[in-house]
Amino acid sequence: MEKFVAFTAVAAPYEPENVDTDQILPARFLKMPRGGGRHYGDFLFNDLRRGDDGAERPEFVLNRPEFRAARILVGNANFGCGSSREGAVYAFLDAGFRSVVAPSFGDIFFNNCLKNGIVPVRLDAASCAALRARLVARPGTEIAVDLEALELRVADGPTHRFEVDSFFREMLLKGVDEVGLTIGLLAEIEGFERRHHAANAWAAR
Amino acid sequence: MSSPRTLFDKIWDSHVVLSRGAQSLLYIDRHIVHDGSFHAFNMLRARGLAVRRPAQNFGTPDHYVPTHGRSPADAATPEIRGMIETLERNLAETGIQRYPLDDIRQGIVHVVGPEQGITLPGLTLVCGDSHTSSHGALGAFAFGIGQSENLHVLATQTLWQTRPRTMRIAVEGRLAAGVSPKDVVLAIVAHIGAGGAVGHVVEFAGSAIRAMSVEGRLTVCNMSIEAGARAGLIAPDDTTFAYVAGRPLAPQGEAFDRALAQWRGLPSDPGAAFDRETTLDAAAIAPMVTWGTSPEDALPIDAVVPDAKPQALAYMGLVPGTRLTDIAIDRVFIGSCTNSRIEDLRAAAAMLRGRKARVPTLVVPGSGLVKAQAEAEGLDKLFLAAGFEWRHAGCSMCVGINGETGRPLERIASTSNRNFEGRQGKGVRTHLLSPAMAAAAAVEGRLVDIRGIA
Ligand code: SF4
Repeated sequence: MEKFVAFTAVAAPYEPENVDTDQILPARFLKMPRGGGRHYGDFLFNDLRRGDDGAERPEFVLNRPEFRAARILVGNANFGCGSSREGAVYAFLDAGFRSVVAPSFGDIFFNNCLKNGIVPVRLDAASCAALRARLVARPGTEIAVDLEALELRVADGPTHRFEVDSFFREMLLKGVDEVGLTIGLLAEIEGFERRHHAANAWAAR
Repeated sequence: MSSPRTLFDKIWDSHVVLSRGAQSLLYIDRHIVHDGSFHAFNMLRARGLAVRRPAQNFGTPDHYVPTHGRSPADAATPEIRGMIETLERNLAETGIQRYPLDDIRQGIVHVVGPEQGITLPGLTLVCGDSHTSSHGALGAFAFGIGQSENLHVLATQTLWQTRPRTMRIAVEGRLAAGVSPKDVVLAIVAHIGAGGAVGHVVEFAGSAIRAMSVEGRLTVCNMSIEAGARAGLIAPDDTTFAYVAGRPLAPQGEAFDRALAQWRGLPSDPGAAFDRETTLDAAAIAPMVTWGTSPEDALPIDAVVPDAKPQALAYMGLVPGTRLTDIAIDRVFIGSCTNSRIEDLRAAAAMLRGRKARVPTLVVPGSGLVKAQAEAEGLDKLFLAAGFEWRHAGCSMCVGINGETGRPLERIASTSNRNFEGRQGKGVRTHLLSPAMAAAAAVEGRLVDIRGIA
């Protein structure tokens, strides 16, 4: 995983609540391999971003000139709900996004972000609403997501504190590989497994 | 004396390998993969890792499979065929138990798990699919994961997890005639909202839940994710144990009796504390239908389209004040991991009574075994006589990635779980409802209140 210390970019406001991962990446794009020629980022919000003929819808926020450079999204409650598709996170990542800010997230989307080096920032609903309003009023505003300091700093604006679980913060700051870390704990896993299967023979296979 | 614990607490506590701050390394008893899980296998291969415990992993194709034939060659496109063949290859190479397309045990992951006894009370179970919450119906802690997590489980048989909060939703009393588990869960999602249970494991309780069959409980837990829940759970009881007994992968004979003695200790202790609790009156629940583009947009069938969520109404092509029963539909889909088990098909068939479908209707059983059982009961004949299409098992129109989608602006009455924009195809309008309501809609060509006919 690519490490994450701090990330500064133009932020775009995204108003709807309960944005589901079907909107972030429609299911028909899930067959694509990673890397290689095709890029998940090209299909971020595809069906909202483009009309049936493939032409961009000028009114969609990420198509507006002032937000084309946006690489942070400030969303609303329950962002990334629905399908577990990690492709939704690949779409953000491949499009250059390293952070999404919202009052709350779908649990699976939240975890998928952490595993891919995207920092999901939980910020209270009022602050998110104020932030989105500010981005509308002053398009092009940059936001810094500082994982080291656990601060979200708005250019010429307020600074918000946020929390990220210390385990994942460490891993993101150092770019630690989670699978590698767990494999380093195999002795403990094997010990647990022996006790677990001895105590619950029906669970063993 | 230890303090009273919930069902969830008991399963969680007995699966923590070790903790680091707020993170616990959780042991995973069972892991199911499907034909969308290819990134995980690619990552595994790229890193030169092996599947650590193949016997605790299972695989069946479902999302991409054709439903009019049982060969990968029947797939809608070569690319889709490749998805099915890739899973086959990945399972064969890694020695994971597989239920391939031409195996009668193949089906939707969340139908196959309980059916085969992969899912058992007290287990931890994960799958790269959000509706893994279904399996909680048997008293297992089951949740959906992403593919990086699939990789982690394949390689280590564990996952790093934050302990979720707990919520108890009690449904007390008796359901009225014509009201099914699907209506109960739609009412719950409407009541607490699409984000109402985020970060929580929901234990469904109360007399109405206890009165449900395992099939019905699976429907309820299935859609707990539509309220944002990390997982749904129902205390295992005699109904559960009777369902589990004799399943191919369940313990047999004396081993079953020993397991049973342990499973009886799983239900939440009296006085166990939940972070949140809410109660619904079963008798007040009506047959439900969704009008918008989130599963929380559900109303009793005798209601009118509300004056709310203009974007959703525009997508759905609906005008506030319209009676839900005045909404004409173009197509019906009966299937998905929510409602494709034998009871669902029986409920749908019971609505037909010799009547014919007015709109194209697709019935897709949840597994090859459900299909065989339905045929043994003659349900296929009833469906075919009504002009319904009777297909092989798979996800089909629930998500449409096997190529079975609706057309833009088509209005579909569907027993699936998501009415998101574009879920059943670009521009398709989805109304979620129960199997009986769907069958009734098929023969009337519009949404109907089955309490008038049930
Ligand atoms: S039936 Fe639908 S919701 Fe269930 S696993 Fe398949 S695609 Fe997902």
